[in-house]
Amino acid sequence: MTTKRNSGFGYALLGASISAVALGTAADAAEQITFVSQGGAYQQAQTVAILDPSAKKLGITINQDSIPDAWPAIKTQVGSGKPIWDVVDTPTGYCLRGGEQGLIEKLDFSKIPNAAAMPEAYRSPYSVSYEFYSSVLAYSQKTFPKDAPNSWVDFWDVKKFPGRRALRNHPIATLEAALMADGLAPDKLYPLDVDRAFKKLEEIKPHITVWWTSGAQSAQLLNDGEVDMEMAWNGRVSAVAKEGAKVSFTYNQGILQSTSLCILKGAPNLGTAVKFINEAVDPVHQANLPLHIDYGPGNPKAFETGVIKPERATQLPSEPANAAKQALMSYAWWSSPAGEAAEKRWASFMQK
Amino acid sequence: MATSVSDPSQKHQRREHGLMLALVSPALLVVLALIVLPVGWLAWQSIYHDGFTLENYRRVFTEDIYWRSFALTFQISLAVTLIALLLGYPLAYLANSLPKGWGIFILSLVMLPFWTSVLVRAYAWLVLLQRSGVINQFLRHLELVSEPLALVHNTFGTVVATVHILLPFMVLPLYATMQKIPNDLMQAGASLGASPSLTFLRVFLPLSLPGVLAGCTMVFVLCLGFYITPELLGGGRTVMVSMLVSRNVELYNQFGAASAVAVVLLLSVLVIFFAVSRFISLDRVLGHK
Repeated sequence: MTTKRNSGFGYALLGASISAVALGTAADAAEQITFVSQGGAYQQAQTVAILDPSAKKLGITINQDSIPDAWPAIKTQVGSGKPIWDVVDTPTGYCLRGGEQGLIEKLDFSKIPNAAAMPEAYRSPYSVSYEFYSSVLAYSQKTFPKDAPNSWVDFWDVKKFPGRRALRNHPIATLEAALMADGLAPDKLYPLDVDRAFKKLEEIKPHITVWWTSGAQSAQLLNDGEVDMEMAWNGRVSAVAKEGAKVSFTYNQGILQSTSLCILKGAPNLGTAVKFINEAVDPVHQANLPLHIDYGPGNPKAFETGVIKPERATQLPSEPANAAKQALMSYAWWSSPAGEAAEKRWASFMQK
Repeated sequence: MATSVSDPSQKHQRREHGLMLALVSPALLVVLALIVLPVGWLAWQSIYHDGFTLENYRRVFTEDIYWRSFALTFQISLAVTLIALLLGYPLAYLANSLPKGWGIFILSLVMLPFWTSVLVRAYAWLVLLQRSGVINQFLRHLELVSEPLALVHNTFGTVVATVHILLPFMVLPLYATMQKIPNDLMQAGASLGASPSLTFLRVFLPLSLPGVLAGCTMVFVLCLGFYITPELLGGGRTVMVSMLVSRNVELYNQFGAASAVAVVLLLSVLVIFFAVSRFISLDRVLGHK
């Protein structure tokens, strides 16, 4: 079976996917699902590593769609009572929030053995980790040829490591970094002490040149030498380094984040969607993903398959040794009332 | 007798009105369907979410960040308007007083960037203004500064780029108004012995004021809603009202929290229009004579 690829953005393509679904049904009675991810190089890598092989193995058709931010579309589709999408790959927090608001199906893990075998922290009642990325401390090797900053304590130390700094204009991962700068161990962060985190952030605030809003911006800042160190996503930093810029990063005290797979409430092909999720987190398919893009597999068993060479594994955020140095983000905390309150507090922190 | 004489012309006029209405109605329908209804629906959301609520407005009027953001937005808009006027007036004056060909040349220079995407222009300013950017490199080459100046990732960079984007909206109404000022008036002033500067101050300037007001209103109102430029060039600290709107969609998971902010902004714009219309008829601001 084949995967159909609709490139482009969101709603404009819903029409296209509907007709693709209709055609598929007419051509053969095979099962199918509509799968949605975030597009670009990331979705292409998945298509080769995971989606095409899964479709072939299960004998189903996977219709693809992409949207940069799936959350509003999930709300509208489920709200309309007739969702078009089945499975969504989206930041884990949205799966949890959606589950609490009745927008996402609860998963029956007895039908998803591959997920049931994953560590409990890697799944929730509504979702399964699909891939990992990390918010890391990145720095310019021009500014720091030898003694580079290696922890958030170093990032906060403006005397020992003078230079211009940038952080993300968002509380998620930034509060975690602040607490580690204040001496907390990566595995002792949750529930976050929000007051303590903001107090620590006030300390570094005068030294932050830019609060970036998009991944592209963070890459540009590092590439052009606008900042000497910053928090950035590992894939963005390695992309800049591949282009030849003298930049590097450390996984030490990184914040390990994930996107997860979840199913829309009332999805048109629920049964097939569950089968697909099980196949998508299969260790071998998962191990193929990092061969095509700088993201780590969502299923840690992928590292035991032998598909990922050891030297490649050490570059990946979710490789067990790298993961051990990092804080695993608790999406459950961020979608709790305390997490939502912290998110609201961010704006007043920024404007003071 | 009198009625029978005026009848044909009245009938003709009525028919013309009917025709006008028929011609305008498709446009009116589009405006109704694409602007009035969605805006009305959004405004409705701000007061209705599982029952009537003023929670969204309570938040806007009691929480600090909204006041700060509104104050900053009005300050930036005011600064942008003044700078655009100071730059735009001489430009429009020059375009108006030079021979036709040169005037069009100047106007097209003003208009050229107008056809480039806002996003591209924001990045272009980044290339110029950033630490390793063209301007800082030039200044350091001349040894005028020892450390690169902080020209961007702050309010300064935001204002510079916004002025650049909105300048055409200042120059065009000014130029249109100046074109309509008869040259004879200036000659009459000169023939009565007034110096060129006095004729300018007493004759030309007052006659160009409707253009000034039109340009300033346009620039000010457009600037109030700016989003991409402060987002990209403000460094995260320059939080304008439009950014609060988008942030509220994320934070509160419903449109009402965002649309309340938009409604307050819309109302303040209407108040400004009302205030301006007290000084001058709106028809003239909007370009009618």
